[in-house]
Amino acid sequence: MRRIAVQEADFDPGTLLGALEALGGGAVASFTGLVRGDGGLKAMQLDHYPAMTDQAMAAIADAAEARWPLLGLVAVHRVGMLHPGERIVFVGTASAHRAAALEACHFLIDWLKTDAPFWKKEHFEGASRWVEARENDAAATARWT
Amino acid sequence: MGFRVLYFAWVREAIGQDEEFVDPPREIATVGALIGWLSARGGGYAEAFRDPARIRVAVDQQFATHDAAIASAREIALFPPVTGG
Repeated sequence: MRRIAVQEADFDPGTLLGALEALGGGAVASFTGLVRGDGGLKAMQLDHYPAMTDQAMAAIADAAEARWPLLGLVAVHRVGMLHPGERIVFVGTASAHRAAALEACHFLIDWLKTDAPFWKKEHFEGASRWVEARENDAAATARWT
Repeated sequence: MGFRVLYFAWVREAIGQDEEFVDPPREIATVGALIGWLSARGGGYAEAFRDPARIRVAVDQQFATHDAAIASAREIALFPPVTGG
């Protein structure tokens, strides 16, 4: 089972986890990324490259499925204007055993950060700035190669 | 010939548009050369491409490098390092 989505709308992690749990494996792992309200952040703008995003996410899913014996994989990434506390991203995996589910989940979020065409812009009262890519995000992805 | 060029994030904001059709001269053979050619237009282009090493690239919706050939490209995207997740 594979479900990949890019959407403005919120999603329900419980529903996504339920779908993974129904696959008959012994292990389900997930990661949910949220907008932090650090430094008086008012909103987080998520832009993407629509024609490319789906295939970039599919390529990341292909890599995870080639590496771990997964029964299911879910990746949902929101775009648009999000506010502190709102969900940005969800990745979830189902497998027979925990190691594959946990490792594949970690791999998916590391790769989504560095290999899918999304860009974040932070909006504060009277100011805004594009988020800079972080060296340690690239290092986190490189760890899997 | 020619192809679409798409801009994202601060590259888009500096240039002031999200896409355009360009038809560079034949000697512009790689993405890196295209960036230099666009930058020579000055203004927002020069600002966006002041440090070409900061620019990431996709050719026909696949990540590519600055030495990628553009001869058969239909769509080239120029953008900052991605920051999703």
